[in-house]
Formats: sequence, structure tokens, C-alpha cells
Amino acid sequence: MGSIVLLGGEVFRSLFTTRLHWDEFIKQLHFVGWKSQVIVLTTGASTGMVFCAQTFFQFHKMKMDNATLTVVGVAMITELGPVLAGLMVAGRVGAAIAAELGTMRVTEQIDALRTMATHPVDYLVVPRFLATVIAMPLLTVLTWSVGILAAYVLSVTVLGIEGSYSLRHLYFYVDEQDVVLGCIKAVFFGGIIALVGCYRGLNCGEGAEGVGRATNQAVVQSCIAILVSNFFLTLFLRGLLYP
Amino acid sequence: MIEVDNISKSFGNNVVLREVSFRVAEGESLAIIGRSGTGKSVLLKHLVGLMMPDAGTVRVRGASLNEMNERELLTVRRQFGMLFQGAALFDSMNVFENIAFPLRRAGVTDEAEIEQRVMEMLRLVEMPGVESNLLSELSGGMRKRVGLARAIVHRPTIILYDEPTTGLDPVVSDSIDQLMRRVRDQFNITSIVITHDMRSARRIGQRIIYLREGQVYLDAPADEVFNSTDPVVSRFVKGEADLKEVELS
Ligand SMILES: Nc1ncnc2c1ncn2[C@@H]1O[C@H](COP(=O)(O)OP(=O)(O)OP(=O)(O)O)[C@@H](O)[C@H]1O
Ligand SMILES: [Mg+2]
Repeated sequence: MGSIVLLGGEVFRSLFTTRLHWDEFIKQLHFVGWKSQVIVLTTGASTGMVFCAQTFFQFHKMKMDNATLTVVGVAMITELGPVLAGLMVAGRVGAAIAAELGTMRVTEQIDALRTMATHPVDYLVVPRFLATVIAMPLLTVLTWSVGILAAYVLSVTVLGIEGSYSLRHLYFYVDEQDVVLGCIKAVFFGGIIALVGCYRGLNCGEGAEGVGRATNQAVVQSCIAILVSNFFLTLFLRGLLYP
Repeated sequence: MIEVDNISKSFGNNVVLREVSFRVAEGESLAIIGRSGTGKSVLLKHLVGLMMPDAGTVRVRGASLNEMNERELLTVRRQFGMLFQGAALFDSMNVFENIAFPLRRAGVTDEAEIEQRVMEMLRLVEMPGVESNLLSELSGGMRKRVGLARAIVHRPTIILYDEPTTGLDPVVSDSIDQLMRRVRDQFNITSIVITHDMRSARRIGQRIIYLREGQVYLDAPADEVFNSTDPVVSRFVKGEADLKEVELS
């Protein structure tokens, strides 16, 4: 935990003192952002629809059909969107980072980098960190959009909810603060995923077993960190954003 | 120029180096020999600060590596080229980019110059025409030679080779030996070679260090080592097993 914070400090120092390796950064951005779209789209759509249906079944009993989309929207934007995108990206990207850097470590490629006057943090960690921190909020917005769109389509076509009313409510009850809150969370989760993945990879044990363990730990630890920090972020940021 | 003073290193309970000391002069070429697992590779990593000793100091041209952080070490390492025992090539890049990497890191931006120097290196290690191959398409011995090209392409003044000829056929081994000698003589480069190949040790090493059980057992000019009457040394250089040790195991 402490060492991961130290790695974060080193990343920030490197961000401001050394030149960015653009080619690595673009490569990572493509991998982390572009290629995560499918998984994030699927998760967002399925969660949006399931959540919408369940909410509707309960609300329908109380004749509150028109509030369904609002609940889905607020939950999606402040909690479900960033957390789900975070968990999926942790599974896909965090694991890949840990496995790649771990393999580089056990095959001495990291040592080779160091002998060629290249700091592993500058060359490997910073591009991955930046790419994940930039991609996560974008992926989260994608999750919101498909989640809410799927919920809307389901409401109108299958559940027979009045569409225009729902949208009016949604628009009325979702504040800019919710959007900001969701985005800040996403950036924060992106940082967690990249730092934990890189730390586990760089400090990987020996052999194939070490790489396996590093990958496993990267996913488990970043998921736990996301879930735990999400709660505190909600409390803290609500106090800050909604005076 | 490289001064190693009483360095010790252990991993957990496994004591690898015990108070190893030696010096290497500018332009000298030193061969390190010794049984498998005695800590030759570990010793070499200490010379560039990839590993730090538990005790003792390593100095390179007067600068003590012990007191440096990773960023300060990076500047010291600019003087070095290193061939790793397992080649340690970057598997996310092709052969060309691997060899070009140290050049780019040394600030060469002219693509024409980079290409020309990479091609020259590939010719020197007798592997022309493989520049766009992926590493997975290379044999172990070919990787070794690409690693060698990568270690010397940026013309470092100190080169460390960890078993440059292991896994190569005798003809290529011989040409690699010659290449290493040529590199050394042309640019007055200091070289340190770990090798299991006594023929190559004799040809490249002006001086030989025999490492045994983590200690410097013998540090002497090549002729002296090969004509040594010490039974331990002469058995090693002739490649004969100690009968007592064989019976024990
Ligand atoms: N990173 C490490 N962590 C733990 N132990 C290590 C590490 N690197 C090396 N060792 C141990 O140090 C000892 C010496 O290893 P080293 O690789 O230096 O041997 P070597 O003399 O180069 O052998 P070879 O000729 O087979 O290459 C071995 O017992 C090895 O297990
Ligand atoms: Mg070795």
C-alpha cells in the first residue's frame, strides 16, 4: 500500500520532470481506451436494462412508473457507471499491465531498460498511468450513455412507460454535480488500476508462477481498492460538491 | 577504473558473494570464469548498479554506486553496454527497434544514421537481413547475437558480456570472439566477459578471475591461470570433475 503510494509519487515526479514517451502513450491509449469499448458497452447495456426492469417491477406496485428512469440514471451516473467500468477495466487492463510488466521483469527486460539509461517509471509506468487515467472517464461516459439508452428503450418499448415524462424527470433530477462526481471517481479508479497493475508487475516474483500471482493480485487488489474507495469518495465528494 | 571492494550479497539464506574485491583498469579486458551458480551474473549486475551489495562498495570512474539513487545511476550507466545471459531483448519490438533502442536513448534522432548503424551491427554479428523479424522468429543463438549488437551499438566505453558465446556453434563463437576483440582494440574499450568457454576466455581475457563459492579464488593474467599447478584451477580449466566431489554426490 505504502509502496504503491511511493510509486504514485515517482510517477508524478516523472510527469513533470521528464519528457513523455509519446509513442508508448499512444499505444497504451489505444489498448486501454479504444479496445475496452466492447466490454464496457456490454456491461453498461446489460446493467442498465436489468436495473431498469427490477426498479420498474417495484415502482409499478406504487404507481411510480415515471420515476424508474430517474433512479436508473442517478445510480448509473454516480455509482454504477464508474464502478462497473472500473471493475471491467481492472480485469482487462490491470491484468494485462501486471502480466506484461511481470514477464518483462522475469525475463530481465526491465533490467535491460535500466542499463540503457531508461527509468522503468518514465518508460513503462507513466504512459500506462496517463492512458488509463484519460481513458477511464471516457469509458465511464460510454457506460452511462448505453446504460441509460438501454434502460430508456426497454422502458418505452417493453415496460410501457411514458417516454417524454421519464426524460423530463431524468433531466430534472440529474445535476451537473452528479456528472462531475462520476467523472472524478472514474479518474481516481483509473489511477488505482494503473498503479496497482504496474506495481504488481514491477515487483513480480520469479518465473511463470510469479507472473501468475502478480496478475491475480493486481486484479483482486485493484477491485477491492475501487469498491472501498468508492464509498469514501461518495461521502467525501458529496460533502465537497453539494454544499 | 572499476573498483570493487569487499562486496557481499545474499538472497535470504543463500549467500552468493562473500567479500569479493577486484579492480579493472581502463582498456583492460577481464574474463570471469567459475562454476554454474557461483554468482558470476550477480557480480556483473553489481557493476552497473542493477543490484546493490549488502556490504562493500562498487566504484565506477571514481563514482560510488552505493550512494546513488536510480536516477543518478542512469547517468552512470550511459557509459555501459551490457549483454544479458538470456539476451533480455524487448519482445514487444522487432530486431531493428531493439538494436536502435540504445541509440534513440542516447539522443540520436537522425533516422538515416540509426538505420545505417543498426545495419552495420547486424552485419558485424553475421545476421544481415533479419532486421524486421520478430523475436519469436529467432533461435536462441540469434537472440544472443542481437543482444550483443544492442549492447555495443551506441559505442559504450565499458562493455559487460554475460556468456556471449554460450549456445552458439563453434564457427559463430569464433567470429563473436573476434568481434569482441576488435571492438575492444578499436575503441580502447574496457570489457568484462563471463564465459564457460575456456578457449574464448583465453582469447579475450588478458586477465582472468576465477570465482569459486562466491569468492575470488584466483585473479591472475591469462597464461598464469591456464598453466596453473593448483589442482582446483587446473581441473576447472581442463573441464575435469573432481572425483571426490562426484563420489560424494
Ligand atoms: N534475483 C535473485 N533472487 C534470488 N536469488 C538469486 C537472484 N539472482 C541470482 N540468485 C541466486 O544467486 C546464485 C548465483 O546466481 P548467478 O546467476 O549469479 O550464477 P552464475 O554464476 O551466473 O551461474 P551460470 O553460470 O549458471 O549463469 C544462484 O544460487 C541464484 O539462485
Ligand atoms: Mg550467469
